Amino acid sequence: MNSHVLTAQPVASPHAHGGNSVGRTMFRVQWALLPATLFGFWLYGWPSFFMWLLTVAACVGFEALALKLMGAPRIKASLLDGSALLTGWLLALTLPPWAPWWVPVLGGFIAIIIGKQVFGGVGQNVFNPAMVARVALLVSFPVPLTWWVHPLPGGGLPAPDVVEGLRIFLTSLPVPDAMTSASLLGHAKTEMARGIDLLHSLGGETSRLQSWFGVRAGSFGESATLLILAGGLYLIACRIISWHTPLAVLAGVALPAAIAHGIDPARFLAPETHLLSGALMLGAFFIATDYVTSPNTALGQLIFGLGVGFVTWVIRSFGAYPEGMAFAVLLMNALTPVIDRFIKPRILGRDRQGKPLDIPEGQGA
Amino acid sequence: MGFMNLLKHLLSDDWGVHPDDHKRPAADAPVRVMPVPQRLYLPLQQHLGGPARPVVLVGQQVSKGELIAEAQGMVSAPIHAPTSGTIVAVSEITAPHPSGLTLPAIILEADGRDAWGELPACVDPFSLSPAEIGQRVAAAGVVGMGGAAFPSSVKLVGASRAKVTTLVINGGECEPYLSCDDRLMRDQAAAIIDGIRIMQHATGANVALVGIEDNKPEAIAAMQRAAGRGDVVIRPVPARYPMGSEKQLIQVLTGTEVPADGRPADIGVIVHNVGTALAVRAAVREGKPLISRLVTVNGQCAAYPGNIEVRIGTLAEEVIAFAGGLKGDGLGLARRIMGGPMMGMQIPHWRVPVVKGSSGILALDASEVAAQEPNPCIRCGRCVKACPMGLLPLEMSARIRNQAYDEAIDLGLKDCIACGCCAYVCPSTIPLVQYFVHAKGELAAQDRTKLRNDATKKLALQRQERLAREAREKAEAAARRKAEREAAAAAKVAAEAAAVNAQTQGESA
Repeated sequence: MNSHVLTAQPVASPHAHGGNSVGRTMFRVQWALLPATLFGFWLYGWPSFFMWLLTVAACVGFEALALKLMGAPRIKASLLDGSALLTGWLLALTLPPWAPWWVPVLGGFIAIIIGKQVFGGVGQNVFNPAMVARVALLVSFPVPLTWWVHPLPGGGLPAPDVVEGLRIFLTSLPVPDAMTSASLLGHAKTEMARGIDLLHSLGGETSRLQSWFGVRAGSFGESATLLILAGGLYLIACRIISWHTPLAVLAGVALPAAIAHGIDPARFLAPETHLLSGALMLGAFFIATDYVTSPNTALGQLIFGLGVGFVTWVIRSFGAYPEGMAFAVLLMNALTPVIDRFIKPRILGRDRQGKPLDIPEGQGA
Repeated sequence: MGFMNLLKHLLSDDWGVHPDDHKRPAADAPVRVMPVPQRLYLPLQQHLGGPARPVVLVGQQVSKGELIAEAQGMVSAPIHAPTSGTIVAVSEITAPHPSGLTLPAIILEADGRDAWGELPACVDPFSLSPAEIGQRVAAAGVVGMGGAAFPSSVKLVGASRAKVTTLVINGGECEPYLSCDDRLMRDQAAAIIDGIRIMQHATGANVALVGIEDNKPEAIAAMQRAAGRGDVVIRPVPARYPMGSEKQLIQVLTGTEVPADGRPADIGVIVHNVGTALAVRAAVREGKPLISRLVTVNGQCAAYPGNIEVRIGTLAEEVIAFAGGLKGDGLGLARRIMGGPMMGMQIPHWRVPVVKGSSGILALDASEVAAQEPNPCIRCGRCVKACPMGLLPLEMSARIRNQAYDEAIDLGLKDCIACGCCAYVCPSTIPLVQYFVHAKGELAAQDRTKLRNDATKKLALQRQERLAREAREKAEAAARRKAEREAAAAAKVAAEAAAVNAQTQGESA
């Protein structure tokens, strides 16, 4: 009669599960990033591959170290959920493709230790860890963080082989000037500062087609706009993210850009240039949609996304930095708890304020 | 269909979840009638409300359908003998509850004759008044057959008082694995429609809407054939869990919402299950009490899944044995469930009786229960999207973990219907429902403690007042006595003085 003995701790309902898991979610996001990453490898060669690999490895390594120091149970399971790997991957995509070895290591430390574990680990951080690292690196080391290498194919220069790539990566010598150029947004900003307006500075240099395919100087993965967009649409289709945040981010940039460009095309970039440049697509679909640091409700996500987009446009148009995505995301991350506090879904049978709906007249026992 | 789902998803009108329903092949197998087992175990509490009170003695002979325990209190239901036989004991039996605690129960030894006792006369239900129908339903011990087991007569009588206009019949059966309602609708559609008409007569509702999920096309067709073009309208609804939840079904069928602090009757609606309609019909037309029901035996471990008509009080063990046992003698068995997988109860062993609200007996294997260690919340918000009530399960559980129950209530803890959608979709497999049930239990315990404390305080105050009053009265009495004494003494002195005076006056005169 041993089958009658209480063998297991009783479990509350439900006794079925949809089968979704943190690991699967993170895996899907990584899958969506893969095309843009491979394209990046092709554009920037071996140094970019080492940069990507070390960033990811640094993040996972620091995560393991932090978990061990904290005495966390099930370290292996926590690592396998892929969240640290994803943080590293996203960070790598925002770094210059030929960044020297210490940039990924330092970035990984800032992202995982300062950006995430200090707050209590997965799910507890206020700010997007990858963006914390990206901003900290950019502010602290502006020079190596703006070595935008020319894309190799079509650049005329021979691509470095594995050994040469490793040497570039490890020696952290400045990249020869002949191989670098400014990103489009940076170019526009410096020319503006020299008093040359956009109509002249951008004349003929930007073809829209180039932007779509990302064959121009920029950070490792963010320039492959089309592939990033495809990955983002894939995430929406398999319901990892909802459409609210990305659409709101894009609208938050495009609307003010369209208005300003309409008023003064010599001073303000066109909305399509904004949309296709810099980190916007990556930010809209992969950074601003981070679960932990963005609101939980559809309306909250719309507000959050519009805020990210608008702040990005303001920084790009008026700020000292050519690109403002990372700053905008961090600023809106700080506002997320406030948005979540005030924007709540309506409970069935209650009004928006949480008061029960009125019982109609003439009814009731 | 995929496009429509995508569109709905884009419009965020996507509450609830779409679990694999696992309803077939059990739903397609014909109903098997289980013979009366040797012994029946009848818990006195098979319904919401007060437990029934036994009215039989150990050793007493009872006939099938005889009252063995009467309703106690306003909300309660009587219990009848499911077969003829002898009462052998009134003792304890494991309750269909995860705790494995016991409940008082009447144990009946069948005599094998299965002979009906005297039943109330059959009458035309439409010649009865609503109150009389209510009485018959109450006397037959009919409760909600969907699982909640609320006494049906209480609802019916309340509805006729509240001037209900719409009778909603729940044929949703949104719980995966279960198909007993589906089977009833396929096999006994005409009787169900008759039961619905009787309930309509009893409540005074002018329309009856039967909501059936569109994953049961056979049931929809059968019910539509039986209903014809009357005032009983069959309404297919999208298959989505928890479509069969009262508030959700009302919203989908009538477009109105039940106020948070109200009941469906407040907006002129009453909801009954299809199985209840059948039981009401049997009670009113034939005078038969509720002594058997259809139970789905299902799960990967069940050798021959299907629907079985069993007497109330049959042990799950015997039902499974009759159904064909478990695969490999139950080697792969991971969890035993009574009810559906989303809201049903885990039971500690199979020696638990089928009660009036038992809709399923599930033998799940490890792949179905997918038990995993919970991970930290990553705030993905899937629970928010899934919640059919519009709550924030992730925020509520975070508050409850910190014992901030008041904040959890502000977030809508009391609106939670414990449907389990949030835990079903949670990628971190956090037992969210467990948090909410725990918090509700804690709050109920706090309320009880508060009531007790208040009562104690009141008594203490009263005692203090009484003591003070007694002391005061004592003091007053003492003062009065003293005053009297003094007055008497003074009077005496005065009298003496007067006497002396009189004497002296007399002497002087």
